[in-house]
Amino acid sequence: MTDQRSQADIVRRSLKKRYRKERRFRAYGVLAISIALGALVILFADIIGKGWTGFIKTTVTLEVVLDSQSMYLDDPTDADQRAMADFAAPIIAALQKQVPEAARSQDLRQLYRLVGTYGSNDISDLLRANPEMLNTTQTLTFLASDAVSVYVKHRDNPSYSVRLSEQQQQWVDQLMEKGVIKTAFNDVFFTSGDSREPSNAGILGALVGSLLTLVVTLAIAFPVGVAAAIYLEEFAPQNKITDFIEVNINNLAAVPSIIFGLLGLAVIINTFGMPRSVPVVGGLVLALMTLPTIIISSRAAIKSVPPSIREAAEGIGASKMQVVLHHVLPLAMPGMLTGSIIGMAQALGETAPLLLIGMVAFIVDVPDGFFSAATVLPVQIYLWASSAEQGFIELASAGIMILLTFLISMNALAIWLRKRLERRW
Amino acid sequence: MNTMNPTVTSEADMPEETLIPLQEERPAETVIEEGKTVGIPFADDPKFRLRNVEVFYGEERAIKNISLDIGRNEVIAFIGPSGCGKSTFLRCLNRMNDSIDICRVKGQLMLDQDDIYHTKRDVVELRARVGMVFQKPNPFPKSIYDNVAYGPRIHGLANRKSDLDEIVESSLRKAGLWDEVKDRLDATATGMSGGQQQRLCIARAIAVSPEVILMDEPCSALDPIATAKVEELIAEMSESYTIVIVTHSMQQAARVSNRTAYFHLGHLVEVNETDKVFTSPEHELTESYITGRFG
Repeated sequence: MTDQRSQADIVRRSLKKRYRKERRFRAYGVLAISIALGALVILFADIIGKGWTGFIKTTVTLEVVLDSQSMYLDDPTDADQRAMADFAAPIIAALQKQVPEAARSQDLRQLYRLVGTYGSNDISDLLRANPEMLNTTQTLTFLASDAVSVYVKHRDNPSYSVRLSEQQQQWVDQLMEKGVIKTAFNDVFFTSGDSREPSNAGILGALVGSLLTLVVTLAIAFPVGVAAAIYLEEFAPQNKITDFIEVNINNLAAVPSIIFGLLGLAVIINTFGMPRSVPVVGGLVLALMTLPTIIISSRAAIKSVPPSIREAAEGIGASKMQVVLHHVLPLAMPGMLTGSIIGMAQALGETAPLLLIGMVAFIVDVPDGFFSAATVLPVQIYLWASSAEQGFIELASAGIMILLTFLISMNALAIWLRKRLERRW
Repeated sequence: MNTMNPTVTSEADMPEETLIPLQEERPAETVIEEGKTVGIPFADDPKFRLRNVEVFYGEERAIKNISLDIGRNEVIAFIGPSGCGKSTFLRCLNRMNDSIDICRVKGQLMLDQDDIYHTKRDVVELRARVGMVFQKPNPFPKSIYDNVAYGPRIHGLANRKSDLDEIVESSLRKAGLWDEVKDRLDATATGMSGGQQQRLCIARAIAVSPEVILMDEPCSALDPIATAKVEELIAEMSESYTIVIVTHSMQQAARVSNRTAYFHLGHLVEVNETDKVFTSPEHELTESYITGRFG
């Protein structure tokens, strides 16, 4: 009896210790998750905090008299005349009407700097498209210059330096009170390509470039990867050659992505003479990069199909190909899709190989095909983040938000597809 | 016999994959003589004529020189301790061993007049003639209808939808499943009970109208009631098919089969009328197995 009781005591005492251990173990887990979540929250807060102003533009709305005399322009359809004409004059005149105390030519120059550099181009384009507007008065909205935009949005933020003189700051304050300078939703950001002027720069070019590149990547990497996985898993004989191939595929997955960029430069561009900076070449390079990921995950998915299903089909007399096409492939498809999406997400965020094949160029036009020069989202973010103008800081953050949104919607699509495919079974 | 019992028991406990140890390790007074089978292994005008069959897994000899005839419309049961080679031997009959790379089969295996392992033999055609039901119910994760219709579809047995419907219905009827599932043919097969799934697998096998059905422990994953149903089904099917069944249940062998073959460590020790095997076996190993001394 005493023996039994002492044993129970020992167990009880050790139990307490075991439970303590278990609680500690659980606490470690909670801590790990909190650290991960905390990092994520800080990251998002920082990006959104810095980037939300990127979605706001500053505009200057003026009543502009398109006076032929002050512009030295008789015929807006004549290119030579347009090249010589002074489109700044009507803007300056309109601004002066709003700020009467600016009279000296030095003041006027300062005043004109409130409007973005492309203001005069806007008038030129408008007149070329509508020659009948010459000698009329129009209410036009111009983008404010970068300095004004920074002053309006960030005057209380010490990390921005205001590049307006005291005088200019006063004028901006006046004009804002009058409602001439306003802030609005930045539609320019979503409808144009890159620009040297932050207020005129947009993400659309990079977004379309990314989309085109990913289409090429998916169209090449998915079928090739799945076919390679099926062959290696189902048909290849087990010998030294297949072992060698397998080892090399696993090694390829670990090769730094910039190597693939060099390969693209040396082989695709230099040897095969494909053009630089185009989505086709970018897609090819990224396809090479994602192939190992897709092959490895597809093989794992094929391996996880229960052998009993194979046996069942073989037992009825299905040929090898029928077993693969009718049974193995549909069951492995969700796993293959998951792997491919991971590969695509990797490709979407990849910058290094694209730098080498020239997709880092400054490209203003939105690409209109697989063979027109383009850049991609992460490269665009990199370009903006390394620009000197202050306005690009918020654009870089806004670009990151767009990239993340793109990524999340891609993943959501993958999950939806997987769910749908699984339900059929 | 007592001297060898411990060895045999320990070997019988090994999992099937580890297979048979080398013969030299066995005690000298072993009673198995290679290639010698007592009882009545041969038949006139058999469905399968199997002579000097040997199966190797790499260097290991899993089946040692077995000769056996399987009669037409006969139900023959293979019994024996785990790892004795009965499943391996069964799988030679429709070449399901082909997918195992290291497996080699020697000897003469004839289905009617056709050499099963002839180099030009088409495995797909062979398996259409020799169907198989497995240990664990393995329906495709598709609808009940598609499960049964799959075989006829890939072999092109039915060109019209109505023909296919007919085949599905008659196969399910033969498997005794029609009344239970006729209202939910579109439901997925994996939602059925284990017994229903196994009968569905039998229906799937008979849908391609095979001549032979191989069954590899078809009831080992089923409860007694489902087992009884499957056994009933086997009795009915024996009228139109040749059935080879591997089983661990001696009662089952006694209930369903005409002849019983006793395998031991890759040897075919005894083949006899089922009644004879279970009442007065000729070989002492058979006797010790059926009386439960090992296995």
